[in-house]
Amino acid sequence: MGLLSKKDANLILDPLADNNPITIQVLGICSALAITAELQASLVMAIAVIFVLGVGNVVISLMRNIIPSKIRIIVQLIVVATLVIIVDQVLKAFAYELSKTLAVFVGLIITNCIIMGRFEAFALANGPWKSFLDGIGNALGYGVILILVGFFRELLGSGTLFGIPVLGDPIAKTGLYATGYENNGFMIIPPAALIVVGIIIWVQRTKNPALVEEN
Amino acid sequence: MAINTDKNSYTVVFAAVMVVVVGSILAFLASYLRPTIAENERFEKQQNILYAMGVNENGDDVGAVNFVPKEIVESEFANYIKEQLVIEGGKITENKDAYLIDLKKQLAAKKKGQPYKLPVFIGEKQSKKFYIIPMYGKGLWDAIWGFVALDETMTVQGVYFDHKGETPGLGANIKMRYFMDDFSGESILKGTQYAGIAVAKGNNDPLNKDKDDNEVDALAGATITGNGVSAMIKESVNLYKPYLEEIRAK
Repeated sequence: MGLLSKKDANLILDPLADNNPITIQVLGICSALAITAELQASLVMAIAVIFVLGVGNVVISLMRNIIPSKIRIIVQLIVVATLVIIVDQVLKAFAYELSKTLAVFVGLIITNCIIMGRFEAFALANGPWKSFLDGIGNALGYGVILILVGFFRELLGSGTLFGIPVLGDPIAKTGLYATGYENNGFMIIPPAALIVVGIIIWVQRTKNPALVEEN
Repeated sequence: MAINTDKNSYTVVFAAVMVVVVGSILAFLASYLRPTIAENERFEKQQNILYAMGVNENGDDVGAVNFVPKEIVESEFANYIKEQLVIEGGKITENKDAYLIDLKKQLAAKKKGQPYKLPVFIGEKQSKKFYIIPMYGKGLWDAIWGFVALDETMTVQGVYFDHKGETPGLGANIKMRYFMDDFSGESILKGTQYAGIAVAKGNNDPLNKDKDDNEVDALAGATITGNGVSAMIKESVNLYKPYLEEIRAK
């Protein structure tokens, strides 16, 4: 990466794997459970969080020297809420269809612990450029897991990807369904997300034993 | 530049300034975008009403719905919707803007015992008449609403459901065609009773071949949203009962 110094590049790359907000820090689980039954919803959520966390981190970082420490959490909340409402309003005016898909995420983004966590742990102590990279990196790390979980849940639960049937028609029994395969209804209910996330964590720690905590 | 950010006075001033700044940004944005957003919402309502009576661009894909395009929805609405009526305290009047009536507010007024208005839309397609009534209720997380198009015999010709925040992949699927299409052909009458149509688990009829059971097959994992849909249909049917009786008597 010629564009970024090694340190800066790590800000983006670390959260993708070895310091992933979902699988290592176990943050943002609530939204990972709620919206990953479909790949499309996962993708939309990932993009929304990348935007909010990237911009929010910069805003908080710029304000870091003037925010009174007593009310910093409230200030952080206001910044997130404002950003989310701006996105929501602009989409409603210029991309109405998309805004309807997003409506359900607005509340989930504001309460996403990854966002508050990065504001508090990183942006309050670092400059805007570093904070921006950190925000994008963490949001990407979150998004990657979301999309991965969404992929498996939609494929196994509904036999579709992005709403398009990929395994054949379950009612007419064509494609894979002709062999007696059935969709697993369990995959579309929230507990399945927990299991998929658990499997991802297991695979990741098996490949990299350094991540396993000592007791 | 060393500001003592721990002082109480600083905290108060900071909070005040922040509120004013954020407030003005949002207020400016909201008032600047309001006309565009209002127009989008108006078109959407027209699209929904037309969708319920079968004026849409649905193809063979039974997943998502395809509305009449936004660009032509206004003229199509004028073409197909022959009458817009408002029922207020038993009196029926015509009103060109009846589709803008917010059913949520009317139901709230009814609850408080105040006078309320109920809109009805009469559509005509290939000389067949459709009586379209709006619905409003609650799902698991937030509001759900929709329109149901009936013919003179109280048989459902088409429905449209939408929701504010049901779970994607579960309750949110009430707006998928494979759920909504099942309602067509069902009757809201059971004998002479206005029974509505229930979203039923285990009705043993997943392909919905039985059109006389007042039931459609439920969505897996979306029990509460489904119950919300059943309740919403029942409430609307009861609300419009006097008017529907009139149509049947005709």
